[in-house]
Amino acid sequence: MIPAAFEYHRPADVQAAIRVLQDHGDEARVLAGGHSLIPMMKLRMAELGHLVDLQDIAELKGISVEGATVSIGAMTTQQELIAHEELARVAPILREAALQIADPQVRYMGTVGGNVANGDPGNDMPGLMQCLGATYTLVGPGGTREVAARDFYEAAYMTDREDEEILTRITFTAPTGGYAYEKQKRKIGDYATAAAAVLIAAEGGKVTRASIAMTNLSDVPVHSGAAAEALIGTNCDEEATTAAIAAMLDDIEPTEDNRGPVEFKRHVAGVILARAIQRAWSRA
Amino acid sequence: MTKMHIKLTVNGEPKEVLAEPRELLIHTLREQLNITGPHIGCETSHCGACTVEMNGKSVKSCTVFAAQANGAEITTIEGLGTPDALHVLQRAFREHHGLQCGFCTPGMITRAHRLLQENPNPTEEEVRFGISGNLCRCTGYQNIVKSILAAAAEMNAMKEAAE
Ligand SMILES: Cc1cc2nc3c(=O)[nH]c(=O)nc-3n(C[C@H](O)[C@H](O)[C@H](O)COP(=O)(O)OP(=O)(O)OC[C@H]3O[C@@H](n4cnc5c(N)ncnc54)[C@H](O)[C@@H]3O)c2cc1C
Ligand code: FES
Ligand code: FES
Repeated sequence: MIPAAFEYHRPADVQAAIRVLQDHGDEARVLAGGHSLIPMMKLRMAELGHLVDLQDIAELKGISVEGATVSIGAMTTQQELIAHEELARVAPILREAALQIADPQVRYMGTVGGNVANGDPGNDMPGLMQCLGATYTLVGPGGTREVAARDFYEAAYMTDREDEEILTRITFTAPTGGYAYEKQKRKIGDYATAAAAVLIAAEGGKVTRASIAMTNLSDVPVHSGAAAEALIGTNCDEEATTAAIAAMLDDIEPTEDNRGPVEFKRHVAGVILARAIQRAWSRA
Repeated sequence: MTKMHIKLTVNGEPKEVLAEPRELLIHTLREQLNITGPHIGCETSHCGACTVEMNGKSVKSCTVFAAQANGAEITTIEGLGTPDALHVLQRAFREHHGLQCGFCTPGMITRAHRLLQENPNPTEEEVRFGISGNLCRCTGYQNIVKSILAAAAEMNAMKEAAE
């Protein structure tokens, strides 16, 4: 399990990192926590001539909460995210989701930026960021641009990010109301069979706003506007939940793999979404 | 591929090795520095037998390049206690049968050590969640959890006595 040889770079700022990416084209890749990339390199499913380690780039670190605006540096680890009390106060869904990712050792190394940039349908943060309506900041040779998480994912491991761009920050408005991140996995350290991120805001006993995104049920995360729509104006009773599940099932396209056949995954997706809606509603 | 000079502080001692960037930290520790406490169980980031502490984090050293660890402080099981002066955790594992074959034990104790640094008074559930990245094929975990809770109680009592 030894990866193929590569040259190692550890630049001190984003511009220097971009220059290495420019010099080596698709031979080069950035290295964040390495907990998706190194396993792929060991399996020789990724062979790269150059790795650009981002660990020394201070501007990629840190979490800031200003009013309702939350900004998370790409190199923030899952562990740092979980430990951040202010973040847990304004956006508790992040801690709830991050605690369901992998295991403690992986969370000390794995970064939020790596999780959302990776493009693996099994990653939990992309669906969560779609649910939150987050924006990614990308910096490349041509400058800086912002992309909505809901527009970022194109197919498995294919995203809107150009090879020479670095994802530097994730920004979103802290949600109000109830929240839940619900995940079915076979064991700790496994990716989701199905996972659901749900946000619900209510007034006078009725849902006024909702957002729903599903993970590992298509080759990209699925933000289901129709499922959220089915909850508006309801009190999340059985009828409303059933309608939301039906709408969600129309939007996902799971495939058979070692986590089960398609029918099973659709069944689990429904169960998980029902639980997530129930919990988010109870907190709304 | 040209080798890199890699500087590490391992269990308090400065070390310097020459390694290809692709060399994994577990191989640097075991093969270059002869620190064989951390084991290789799965090589696929799942079992935790290779767990060491790097800059105050528990990491699976089979999933870290030595190059990433350049400049880091590493603690392995060898840095926690010696055969003549066992660490409280090591003593607790012996007393409470927290091991059978012992293969998982160095990783388990190194992980438990960090867990107790961050949460000196864990509940049983917190211990189980905290060691969920470490697999044991023998014990069924019951006695591992018991050992860690006993060590936590002893470490807290020692701290109180010192105050
Ligand atoms: C045993 C195990 C279980 C796991 N279980 C889960 C799970 O349940 N859920 C889950 O979501 N994940 C899981 N993971 C994956 C883990 O969360 C990874 O850490 C994460 O997917 C990638 O983050 P990283 O920082 O390690 O990125 P890396 O592995 O370093 O990078 C991943 C990819 O993203 C690119 N990249 C990284 N950062 C940037 C950036 N700032 N800009 C542009 N490109 C970038 C890299 O070039 C690479 O292609 C698991 C991993 C392991 C080993
Ligand atoms: S050998 Fe590193 S996790 Fe198993
Ligand atoms: S004691 Fe044998 S694997 Fe844990």
